[in-house]
Amino acid sequence: MKKFTFVLNGRDVEALEGQSILEAADGAGVYIPRLCYHKDLLPGGHCRVCSVKVNGKVANACTMPAADWMVVDTDTEELNEYRRLIIELLFVEGNHFCPICEKSGDCELQALAYKFGMTAPLWPTLSKNPPVDASHPDVFIDRNRCVLCGRCVRASRERDGKSVFGLEGRGIRTRIALDSLDGLGMTALGRNDAAATICPTGSLVLKRVGFTTPYGARAYDKAPIGSEIEKKEE
Amino acid sequence: MVCNADEGEPGTFKDRVVFTEVPDLLFEGMTVAGYAVGASEGIVYLRAEYEYLLPGLLEVLDRRRRLGLLGRNICGKEGFDFDVRIQMGAGSYVCGEESSLLESAEGRRGAPRTRPPFPVTRGYRNQPTALNNAETLCCAARILAKGADWFAAQGTRDSTGTKLLSVSGDCARPGTYEVEFGLSVNKLLALVGADEAAAVQVGGPSGTCVAPKDFGRKICYEDLSTGGSVMVFGPGRDMLEVVRDFTEFFAEESCGWCAPCRVGTEVLLRMLDEIRDGRGTQDHLYRMMQLGDTVKACSRCGLGQTAVNPFLTTLRNMRDIYTERLSAHEYVPRLDLKKAVAFSEELAGHRSEVKEE
Amino acid sequence: MAAKPRVATCSLTGCFGCHMSLLDIDERIIDLIGLVDFDKSPIDDIKSFTGPVDVGIIEGGVSNDENVEVLRSFREHCGVLVAVGECALTGGVPSMRNLVPLKECLEEAYLKGPTLVGGAIPNDPEIPLLLDRVYPCHEVVRIDYMLPGCPPSADVLWTALAALLKGEEPKLGYELIKYD
Repeated sequence: MKKFTFVLNGRDVEALEGQSILEAADGAGVYIPRLCYHKDLLPGGHCRVCSVKVNGKVANACTMPAADWMVVDTDTEELNEYRRLIIELLFVEGNHFCPICEKSGDCELQALAYKFGMTAPLWPTLSKNPPVDASHPDVFIDRNRCVLCGRCVRASRERDGKSVFGLEGRGIRTRIALDSLDGLGMTALGRNDAAATICPTGSLVLKRVGFTTPYGARAYDKAPIGSEIEKKEE
Repeated sequence: MVCNADEGEPGTFKDRVVFTEVPDLLFEGMTVAGYAVGASEGIVYLRAEYEYLLPGLLEVLDRRRRLGLLGRNICGKEGFDFDVRIQMGAGSYVCGEESSLLESAEGRRGAPRTRPPFPVTRGYRNQPTALNNAETLCCAARILAKGADWFAAQGTRDSTGTKLLSVSGDCARPGTYEVEFGLSVNKLLALVGADEAAAVQVGGPSGTCVAPKDFGRKICYEDLSTGGSVMVFGPGRDMLEVVRDFTEFFAEESCGWCAPCRVGTEVLLRMLDEIRDGRGTQDHLYRMMQLGDTVKACSRCGLGQTAVNPFLTTLRNMRDIYTERLSAHEYVPRLDLKKAVAFSEELAGHRSEVKEE
Repeated sequence: MAAKPRVATCSLTGCFGCHMSLLDIDERIIDLIGLVDFDKSPIDDIKSFTGPVDVGIIEGGVSNDENVEVLRSFREHCGVLVAVGECALTGGVPSMRNLVPLKECLEEAYLKGPTLVGGAIPNDPEIPLLLDRVYPCHEVVRIDYMLPGCPPSADVLWTALAALLKGEEPKLGYELIKYD
């Protein structure tokens, strides 16, 4: 594949043709905060946390292909303010009870909130309060914790060759739909499906395996999310 | 070659006039555009509410086929093949956005696509697609008939030609007007009989709310850009209520795909309600501005990028509509104690001893 | 010597875990006693404010009318009000009842529960009246600082208190901002 360089945070970095800004930045050891992106899936562009500045204009790093004419900034006060605000919005859209959540400590939404120093969400809460669906023997879906990143939707299609999940409804009533009206238990979702474990929050969780890692040893207890990408460069 | 006739922006009804009065001009424009870009297939994406126009339009298309103006070898020109079909819209505002329109036209959920690629590269059924507004295509036909110089001689340097405006609201003569670009708001108001206007929403809810002090501004791309919607508000109108309604409209029409638009529009609406109810503070305005900036900058498509305009433009142009409703206190609790204990009081059969503050 | 700064604490709808965490500052509690005097607080069992207080520490969310009254009196008496822990900041675990309307919640607990026989919803006049939902403290009074955690670790509380007593703004590093 053809290589080229573009300017990332003031220095020249290399990228491969076809790479998104986010992928190229990852390769260069520059972490761009992201939530809906997953390296094994096509990008969705849902969360907008990876918003960056391309030649002064805001662009979405996971869906925008890098190009040689680009001057990209990823870590400005303005951008981090946008990101912090979006994350705070996601907290009031759902009901995120971190203290009792299986995903706490390994949750990407929580980790981003830590990274941006959120103490508590202050926007008015939107109280959607959807019921939990625990009808599947091995997996449950709790839409209170869903950030509509669409990872399960994409993983089911792209990785599992199924279409267990989809998006339905519009606006604030958008929700993850299932391909069965009789609950998750009646879908083709399998315990070993990529879609079953790809959720960044505790919305889709494997049953009977929660709370196994002690506090202090979980993914984001000590080091902020993205440290693994930034380390690569050193 | 796709014609965007979704015309979903509130206050816009100019395409309807095109379809009822000069449909041939539009189809001619599409045919010309098809010839220019080498397309043989034309699709009109017609707003669902305009279904009643369909029989008439189909008749026009049939007549044009009989006259050799559509179909194979148009006007006897070997290889000039072009035909038009009409695709009915499915009723969502966001389908006026080009990539959502294509999704909907292909039979899927009307939600924007990731861009790039843009429709000119991969559009309808992954084919390169030219997608233009009905009015633009009419202009194309007229430019070919009358010449580019004729067209460019009208309007301003950066906005040549004329613009169809759908004027509604508190004015004596609402309707669709064809005006030269560069017309000032003042002149337009005189034209439509709205001397008393207290505010003019140019470009529909997603456009700009103009206060009387700015009525000298001009309608053109370099100043007040508009898709055609002009709403006039008289002195009796509660502009905060107008902003609230527009914001509710966008929250309702948000496709839900991206977080800033989906959640941001809804939260903005809640906070506008708090201000309306006298429960807002200076802090509200500060935070709502931050919210507005984020939704505008980060949303995935034009809907979210403009959904906060009613709030942001009025906050700039007519800040009073907000400040006059703010609470006199620096802090206002979200808790409404009276409401919050009402159920328990009824259940217990006695009143709470804790007083309202 | 000038009078020591006064600190008051209380637990609204919480589990007292945040107070336990305050005790977990271990031997630093001796330093703390040297630095401050406690006013109204479960720690010294003083029931009502003896006068103005410099720093008020609130644990727990607001679930009933009595909570509202206590929280308001803290706001009135305290120069700086610090909300501590997930319940105070977001409603926390008690606010899980917000997912169910209060009526259904009470009926399930006192009338329809599978283990109930002849239940009744308690309505003794001494029992505080429940609010329609559990509110975070900042939706009831102005809160100056928020310390997240369930509970906030002893280090969080110590770091924040030490800063506040010096008249500085509490700053929490990455490892100190946690929601669990």
